Amino acid sequence: MTTTTLAVLVPLLPFLGAVAGLLLGRTAPGFVRPLAVLPTLAALVLAVTVAVQQGGGGGNRTAALDAHTELTPTGSVPIELALHIDGFAALVAILVGLVATCVQLYSTGYLRDDPRYPSYAALVSLFTSAMLLVVYSGDLMVLLVGWEVMGICSYFLVGHYWETPEARAASLKAFLVTKLGDVPFLIGLFALATDAGSFRITTILGKVASEGGLDHPTLIALLLLAGVAGKSAQFPLHTWLPDAMAGPTPVSALIHAATMVAAGVYFVARLLPVFTASQAALIVLAVMAAVTMAGSALAALAQDDIKRVLAYSTIGQLGYMTGALAVGDRGAAVFHLLSHGAFKAVLFLAAGVIIHAAGTNSLAAMSRMDNLRARVPDAFWTMTVALLALAAIPPFSGFFSKEAVLGAAEHTATGHEAGGVAIPVASGWIVLVAGLVTALLTAAYATRLWLLAFNGRGAQAPDHGRQPLVMNVVLWVLAIPSLTFGLVTVVLPDWFDGRSLTPTLTTSVLGTGFALVGGLVTYAAWRHTTAMAARAAVPIGAVAIDSEQGDGGLVEAEAIATHTPAYGDIASAPDPADPGRLLLGPLHRHAAVGFHLDALYATLFVRPVRAAAALVGFLDRAVVETYVRGAAEAPKALGWAVRRAQTGNVQTYLSALLAGTVVLVVAVVLVATAGA
Amino acid sequence: MHLAYPAVLASLLFCTGLYGVLARRNAILVLMSVELMLNAVNLNLVAFDVWLRDALHSGQALTLFTIAIAAAEIGIGLAIVLAVYRNRGTSDIDKLRDSAEPHDPDDDPHDPSDATATAATPATAADEKAEATA
Amino acid sequence: MTLAVPTASAAVTTAAGSHGFLSPTGVEIAFLLVGIVTFGAAIVTVTTKQLVHAALWLVVALGGLAVEYLLLTAEFIAWVQVLIYVGSVVVLLLFGLMLTRAPIGRSPDADSPNRWAALAVAVASAAALVWVVVDAFRTTWIDLDRAADSAGAGGGSTAVTGSILFRHWVLPFEALSVLLLAALVGAIVLSRKKNAEPSAPAGVSAGAGAGAGAQEGTR
Repeated sequence: MTTTTLAVLVPLLPFLGAVAGLLLGRTAPGFVRPLAVLPTLAALVLAVTVAVQQGGGGGNRTAALDAHTELTPTGSVPIELALHIDGFAALVAILVGLVATCVQLYSTGYLRDDPRYPSYAALVSLFTSAMLLVVYSGDLMVLLVGWEVMGICSYFLVGHYWETPEARAASLKAFLVTKLGDVPFLIGLFALATDAGSFRITTILGKVASEGGLDHPTLIALLLLAGVAGKSAQFPLHTWLPDAMAGPTPVSALIHAATMVAAGVYFVARLLPVFTASQAALIVLAVMAAVTMAGSALAALAQDDIKRVLAYSTIGQLGYMTGALAVGDRGAAVFHLLSHGAFKAVLFLAAGVIIHAAGTNSLAAMSRMDNLRARVPDAFWTMTVALLALAAIPPFSGFFSKEAVLGAAEHTATGHEAGGVAIPVASGWIVLVAGLVTALLTAAYATRLWLLAFNGRGAQAPDHGRQPLVMNVVLWVLAIPSLTFGLVTVVLPDWFDGRSLTPTLTTSVLGTGFALVGGLVTYAAWRHTTAMAARAAVPIGAVAIDSEQGDGGLVEAEAIATHTPAYGDIASAPDPADPGRLLLGPLHRHAAVGFHLDALYATLFVRPVRAAAALVGFLDRAVVETYVRGAAEAPKALGWAVRRAQTGNVQTYLSALLAGTVVLVVAVVLVATAGA
Repeated sequence: MHLAYPAVLASLLFCTGLYGVLARRNAILVLMSVELMLNAVNLNLVAFDVWLRDALHSGQALTLFTIAIAAAEIGIGLAIVLAVYRNRGTSDIDKLRDSAEPHDPDDDPHDPSDATATAATPATAADEKAEATA
Repeated sequence: MTLAVPTASAAVTTAAGSHGFLSPTGVEIAFLLVGIVTFGAAIVTVTTKQLVHAALWLVVALGGLAVEYLLLTAEFIAWVQVLIYVGSVVVLLLFGLMLTRAPIGRSPDADSPNRWAALAVAVASAAALVWVVVDAFRTTWIDLDRAADSAGAGGGSTAVTGSILFRHWVLPFEALSVLLLAALVGAIVLSRKKNAEPSAPAGVSAGAGAGAGAQEGTR
């Protein structure tokens, strides 16, 4: 088979798996698990094959694979089924396939007792297929199809536990917020296609590189950025991501590590020349990235739900990626995307194991459990590795990718031209400073998470026996890239734009130094606060009671549902032993609720819309409906009046008939007489 | 003789019969009133025949035909009235109201149609129609 | 005045000049008196509360009309009127009254509540008709003597009527006989007993069925 055929099969197989899973889910439950895992696994193998054939692996940059076919003429701007596979696409597809396969395997254990597992697995397959379509597509309209399919799949998957109000609200919020970004995104796509005369990515990039360039680069870039911000959870459209934790943990891993949020970054990386054509768009991108990074890291430090900590860390790491894009280095961005995808998948899947073992998702409750790390040794070790990678401690993968980002920012800040494209120096400085601050904060919340989850003192952690083998195997499989991905730093530029991704001395020392400082300060704060924790009595309310035989998914759903009743809030817990509380001081209160952004949105948008809806409802009921009802009532009353005349008495009818006849005759006679 | 005398008498007799048709309740009395109207027409026919001195005497011939048809009509009419009376137990015209709309709950509560007249066979409905045209 | 003036009126109304509008001859006086009696009898027929009396007053009105026919020189029709109407139709009506158990004596509900509307319609149409008829024919004169003379034995005598009827109106006459036959058969079919059928019609309630059965017994 040619590489093109293989590449077409990559998104197609999970799609067929999803269709088959949906069709056979009820009639043949035995096929559901193979149908969920095997197509995704096959897609991974094919993606690797495509990458090997395409990238060559010999260190030579080969030309990107381009293939296209036109199904039907679509007017002035043609829409084609096009493939465009370069190094970025090949590697991101491998990541997507790997994470999706791991998630599917993990789900067979995590959701083994879930009655809705067939539809869940089919939706995950569909989600994977959509992301692979986005990755491989060479046509913006086809890319948009995958983009929107992901949106609706995220809605269904986040709302998997639709029995809980949190999940219902979160799925709606995820859908609406991403759609809010998608509307300008669609307009931006149309504007871009109109300017370039094509939806083909290669054509557009050729047009951008040509002498004339685009007509409205800034407008198009800003419109597209809105969609990217929605999908990749960048400030100010990031608020759906922490709430999306109401979904099952594997879904969180899938959304956060490889698919949905990566789509936005990947899209910008694909069309980076369009963005670099506008200085303003780059500045906006840099500011967006900086605010996202710093804010999310502060918020992560104040969260009590272990998954919400990870969610905010995802937002922060995505900020790094957009920061790399803002300084025009897509190699660094995709490098961080790949390494982050690996270690964030580990973090989420391990968090799922921990939640299952502890019966709670609350860090405050976990910090009062003794010996939790002995209960889940695999999760403990893999999570430690992943947290070190997250905090960018050498030699883990996160260190190399983050240094690549910081190096690119420093490169720009010091005024070096990047690939002949002018990048504003200001955006370099913004990204560099924010990146260093965030490195410190990231290390701080990673340390806090590790200390609270695995070094608790108090009652013995409940023993649920061994976790399913498949879940632990998946954790180790995913931990390997976190450990070793740094080694590929040397060969990776051949797949990308060719810019060096090796760490530079200045940023390495600075970044690692900041990270160490953050970790050590947090450790000191924790030593200080645990002394108080012995005295203060805090309810360990959010522990699921009957977690004995349920699977991970059920325990998690129960943990989410009991968090708010126990602590009065979904995000934070009144725990004096929390080092984050000491470190943030008065800021903690605001950081815990995501700096009141939700409340702000509620005031700015939700309430006016509700008021307008109430007004429209009132107008509809009181005004429009009156006319409608009147239109019905008037003929009814008329009919009632006329019906009264129909008494059935023939003599009455005849009287009326003859009276009319007399009147007519008299009238005729009078007219005839007058005419004579 | 003035033609006005028989003509006016015919008009008055016709209108008297008309009143009877519209005002009488008993079906047989209505038939009597119909006879009055027919006779008024006969009087007109005879008077105009005499006045025009028609060679064919078409007025008088038509009068004879009318009388014969009136006899047939009274026979059929009485048969219908008897059939209605047998079926309904009454020969009052204003109690035969099957052509009225069935009584709805949301309709006028003062619907005067009686309950016994609501269930009608097609045969009696046809009878009543024939009577209304008679 | 263009109303209702037949073509023949031009020739006939030449005689009208010699007769005033209100210059009653003997025949006219007789016609008027009998007409008043006829009209009064008709009025009583349609207003009386006693049903049988109505039929009897109808006899008076129809007999009065027979006299009017005589006065208009239509003898044969007068006798036919007496024979058929007074002799058979009224008898039929009386039978009908009896068979439907019409109450003997005054029945207060002989008139329907519709009568005021009926009165208004009747008066209005009477006014319109009388006005039009008088306006059209106030000077038209019927020459009764000439009509009698020209035909020898009179324009309405039995001989003349018979010869006209069987010479010129044979076909309608035969058609009429078929119609009479059909009416006869129809009347028989309509008034035949229906208890031969196994199930009574749905409209017959128990009481009505019993009444009908008693009625059949009286026939």
